[in-house]
Amino acid sequence: MKSSALRHIRTVFALLILILFAFLFLDFRGLLGEEAFGPITYLQFLPSLVKFIIAGATAATGFIVVLVLTVLTGRTYCSFLCPLGILQDVISRIGGFVKRRFRRYGYKKPYTILRYFILVVTAGILALGGIYVLTILDPYSIFGRFMSYFVQPVVLLLNNLLAALLGRFDIYSIYHVDIKPFQLAAYIVPSAFLLLVGVLSLSHGRLYCNTVCPVGTLLGLLSKVSLFRIRFDEDKCTRCGRCAMACKSSCIDFLNKNVDLSRCVSCFNCIDACKENAMSYGLVRLKQKQLRNDDADSSRRGFIAGSLALLAGGSRLLRAQGTTPAPTIESTVKEDRLYPVTPPGSVSIESFISRCTACTLCVSACPTNVLQPSVSEYGFAGIMQPRMDFHSGFCNYDCTRCTDVCPTGAIMPLLIEAKKLTQIGKAVFIRENCIVHTEKTACGACSEHCPTKACHMVPYENGLLIPEVRDEICIGCGACEYACPTKPYKAIFVDGNPIHEAAAKPETEELDAVPSDFPF
Amino acid sequence: MKRRLFLRNSLGAGLAAGAFMSFGRFEKAFAGKPLPAAANYDLIAVMGGEPAAMFDMGIQAMGGMGTFVRKGQKVLVKPNIGWDVAPEKGGNTNPALVKRIIEHCYRAGAKEVYVFDNTCDNWIKCYKNSGIEQAVKDAGAKIVPGSSESYYQEVTIPNGKKLTKTKVHELVLESDVFINVPILKHHSSARMTGALKNMMGVVWDRGYWHRNNLNQCIADYALFSKKPQLNVMDAYNVMMRNGPRGVSVADLSNMKSLMISTDWVAIDAAGAKMMGREPESIEHIALAAGMGIGKMDLSSLNIHRLKM
Repeated sequence: MKSSALRHIRTVFALLILILFAFLFLDFRGLLGEEAFGPITYLQFLPSLVKFIIAGATAATGFIVVLVLTVLTGRTYCSFLCPLGILQDVISRIGGFVKRRFRRYGYKKPYTILRYFILVVTAGILALGGIYVLTILDPYSIFGRFMSYFVQPVVLLLNNLLAALLGRFDIYSIYHVDIKPFQLAAYIVPSAFLLLVGVLSLSHGRLYCNTVCPVGTLLGLLSKVSLFRIRFDEDKCTRCGRCAMACKSSCIDFLNKNVDLSRCVSCFNCIDACKENAMSYGLVRLKQKQLRNDDADSSRRGFIAGSLALLAGGSRLLRAQGTTPAPTIESTVKEDRLYPVTPPGSVSIESFISRCTACTLCVSACPTNVLQPSVSEYGFAGIMQPRMDFHSGFCNYDCTRCTDVCPTGAIMPLLIEAKKLTQIGKAVFIRENCIVHTEKTACGACSEHCPTKACHMVPYENGLLIPEVRDEICIGCGACEYACPTKPYKAIFVDGNPIHEAAAKPETEELDAVPSDFPF
Repeated sequence: MKRRLFLRNSLGAGLAAGAFMSFGRFEKAFAGKPLPAAANYDLIAVMGGEPAAMFDMGIQAMGGMGTFVRKGQKVLVKPNIGWDVAPEKGGNTNPALVKRIIEHCYRAGAKEVYVFDNTCDNWIKCYKNSGIEQAVKDAGAKIVPGSSESYYQEVTIPNGKKLTKTKVHELVLESDVFINVPILKHHSSARMTGALKNMMGVVWDRGYWHRNNLNQCIADYALFSKKPQLNVMDAYNVMMRNGPRGVSVADLSNMKSLMISTDWVAIDAAGAKMMGREPESIEHIALAAGMGIGKMDLSSLNIHRLKM
């Protein structure tokens, strides 16, 4: 096909994907059913790869589909399916309105060493079962963080303005939702990437994708042998250079009539730009001069192999020191939490932090705001990976939403019956902080909220009741901690289970007979 | 005198019960004019029917909803929707009862009926899974969120011992008639939850109450000028332990009862009795009675007991 139809199809498809993914992260009302999340995120490359390799979920074959797709069609993934890539195209478009020269790209040389170094580091760490660089570089997760960290507060603000307006007319179908920003320190990485991706895409098209993004680089290697690709019709080409000017990837060397396929994202803009119909997208022609790059390729291969070997040692060191977070400093009445609490379905802290790419989809999907990005709770390497924050909410007893939406297998699906018996932590009571003890008045907010009555009230002085925790039936949902009214430290808090345990079922006894008449 | 009163009461009850037995259907109960209040009952207690039917009978004995709701008035119905649990778990007010109360309000000429609660669990889940959101919509009333501080306005409580000011949901202030519809339950903090305790769902900062002598705060709030004109206590499935959330249906006692009163101390006292407790053993009831908010001595009250 030589017409502009290809580009139009790409634009429409990509916009739909962008809207879909934006909605996935901005759906604060939970309109989207849990069953929709799996199919939508299925093809996201790194989440699927992590789920397959680290979580061992053999059904997570999305990345294989993407690999096959790339071998067949080139880096169409980057233009059609990657929400971060599509977002950058939108920003580039805006860049063109800001300054026309921002959209006149022209051929530029790739940052070969940098891009392969990043790929090798990421792949090496992943091969060793680590996830640290991936957490920061996975394009899908970067997009997710942009939405959750920056866009959602704006959406909520608009929602609240609308809610306030409609409220005057007695309409409550749009309701006020409190905006709860994450901890400031969690914003460091997303802000840096917002700046980096924003600036690069505004004025340099897909430079980020072709320099920093490990997925882009990896798929670029495969797309060099893709069956379908952008082709020059040498007879028609007048070397006008329009294609190169239109190329967001700056990968068309029109003077040599060569397209750097490792950087081409199959956006089809060049086809549209060519007045002579000299550019087309179609099956590879074998006569093309492939040999030219072979020298460079072999030295690159050597470099990759060398770096991988180097990395093998380094990342093992990294892994060894950062597996399970060290206990924090103890103090007497401060909540001395030894371990952070990971969501139900994450099995253990170690398993969770080795699988989570910090996309914050669970944070967005959580109806109670209990899931919050961490700062240092999992150690420095685990920054932004969510934890259960019982000051911001508590885990709803009848809810498994986070376990249903996680695309990487960091949180595995749990049946509701199993979730209700999954002990993610244990409540710890600090008598010295408790209202009943300090004020000698009734309280019991903790026990009130407890869904299993692991936190129950036992006799204290002067007919008062005071909380007591039965560890074996506590599931660590944090309702007690959230409800506890003491300040600044809570009188009850949940200490995480490094490895989740099974809680016992609460026992039930028979009640006395139902009265048949009024007792008054 | 006593005998005459007894006769009159029995006659009223007989008429009310008879009306329902003969008509059977709810709509027909309104076919005629509401029966005049047979007597100024302090408390109506109904036992043995379904929640909605018991309310039909009880409110009739109170003189009909028209005694409380006038044409064109704005009514607030405040059930307990505190927990994300299904209706059969007895954690929230029975949705069928809420629906029937709203229907009575509209029959009496209410312009608008509103329902809300400041829930403990996630409010969207509470509204939905309690069945109350649907019941309210089916009855044609509006269910309003109570989930954001922006809906609450600060008010002062004159003579409050511990609670002198608190933020109250705007609907409490804006409505002409306030109908309090608690469900009777065991409660780990306050020992029992009923009409007085149900007010913790109309204020924003419950934590303050917990920090500052919970039982005194519950009693203090009852001094606030915007009091419920009518209290309807759902005692159909009564949670006898593990309240207020409940662990399983084994915590419930199927009492099939309902109480109606304008005196919220009296209705709580009756609730305490239903749960096998003396009213004075529930501190907030005793405090409220001591502050003259209502009467907890049931023997001094004119109670009308109805069986279905």
